[in-house]
Amino acid sequence: MEREDVKSIIESLLFVADGPLTLQRLQEVIDGTSKEEIRSVVTELQEELESHRRGVRLVEVAGGYQMRTAKVNADWVKKLLGGRPARMGRATLETLAIIAYRQPITKAEIEAIRGVDVDGVISTLLDRELIRAMARKDVPGRPFLYGTTQQFLELFNLKDLTHLPTLKEMEEITLPAVSEEEILLESTEER
Amino acid sequence: MSTRVQLEIFEGPLDLLLHLIKKNEVSITDIPIAAITEQYLATLEIMQSLNLDVAGEFLVMAATLVHIKSRMLLPPGHDNAEEDEEGNDPREELVRRLLEYQRFKDAAEQLGQREVLRRDVFTRSMIPTEDIPVPTLREVSVFELLTALRRVLERLPKDNVHEVTLDKITVREKMTFLLDTLRVRPNVLFESLFAEVRTRMEVVVTFLAMLELVKVRAIRIFQDGPEGPIQIEAAAGIDEIPNELAVDEEEQHGT
Repeated sequence: MEREDVKSIIESLLFVADGPLTLQRLQEVIDGTSKEEIRSVVTELQEELESHRRGVRLVEVAGGYQMRTAKVNADWVKKLLGGRPARMGRATLETLAIIAYRQPITKAEIEAIRGVDVDGVISTLLDRELIRAMARKDVPGRPFLYGTTQQFLELFNLKDLTHLPTLKEMEEITLPAVSEEEILLESTEER
Repeated sequence: MSTRVQLEIFEGPLDLLLHLIKKNEVSITDIPIAAITEQYLATLEIMQSLNLDVAGEFLVMAATLVHIKSRMLLPPGHDNAEEDEEGNDPREELVRRLLEYQRFKDAAEQLGQREVLRRDVFTRSMIPTEDIPVPTLREVSVFELLTALRRVLERLPKDNVHEVTLDKITVREKMTFLLDTLRVRPNVLFESLFAEVRTRMEVVVTFLAMLELVKVRAIRIFQDGPEGPIQIEAAAGIDEIPNELAVDEEEQHGT
């Protein structure tokens, strides 16, 4: 099979796919190709769409590859689709960020950081499948430990959790060096 | 009987403190406790006078602040030895919590600035979902609004303690008024809403009307930069909003 054929097939597959497609899945469908070949063709396709400033781009997200519209065209796409997008308030976004960086984490631990009750926010995030209960913590009451989902990665255009923006260090910290775990534990106990 | 305004204000005491610290342009690590405590309590008072639900957490923090303030007044070494064996700064634990929280606020902001699905980028067969929330940009915080409200209230003449309002101004009327304004103009300045307002009651009713409209997502409130003017604009689809919006069962009248 010619390289251009493989590229064409991959483009079609990515077009019809419901969610991000992994290299593995692409390779299974296009028999007789190696993972390396798929990877290099995908990268080429990605660069092509980018350099020609096409309206559709190929992004690596949530462990796979997905066709997404170019950001510059967002207003036109929204006009076509219509409808008012629901809004995610800052409380929800902050809670989501805490879970993303500190997972697995319990509700009490999140509340210790935010200083407010997060019951409502947690159930919203669970409903939207942006977080899930992963396990129970082995402490009295056996509370749920929450973590983020695939949908979370898709929503924020993240390849995986290691690609989360780096958590800022506060330059002005003049406090004795305390590990993050200790901070969490201390403020948890305080409650 | 007054209607209790239930707003989705999950922003908590740490948020309020960070807001005050920023507004006063002081360092998190060297908080002027007396001044910040005073402003914190003043904000709480406004929230209560607006009948907003002031969660217990706010009161716990108020107690913490007052406690820290009193400990700051003691000469070093006369501190409660159990709590503080090394004579540490009584603000230390609070500072640690504020810094930790600020880190996640920054992280949340960074997340919100990514290419968010259904806001910035779209996939094929993307159903126009109105129930999958996406982070919004540059939304003003409720504390920002309360600070602005305080400025408006302070500008009012002080002599009308026993004011008698002959006209009954309802939250609903003010909501309709604001929506009508936004039908002819793309946006209005927060301050200009209160330009003609003379009584404390009318200020409060106007403010509550604005919050109600935010709650039903009829308007959006933005601010250009941390100290910029607060602007109100119609949310997309303002024309779908009925002229007569119901404010709970009962209308809220001036006391």
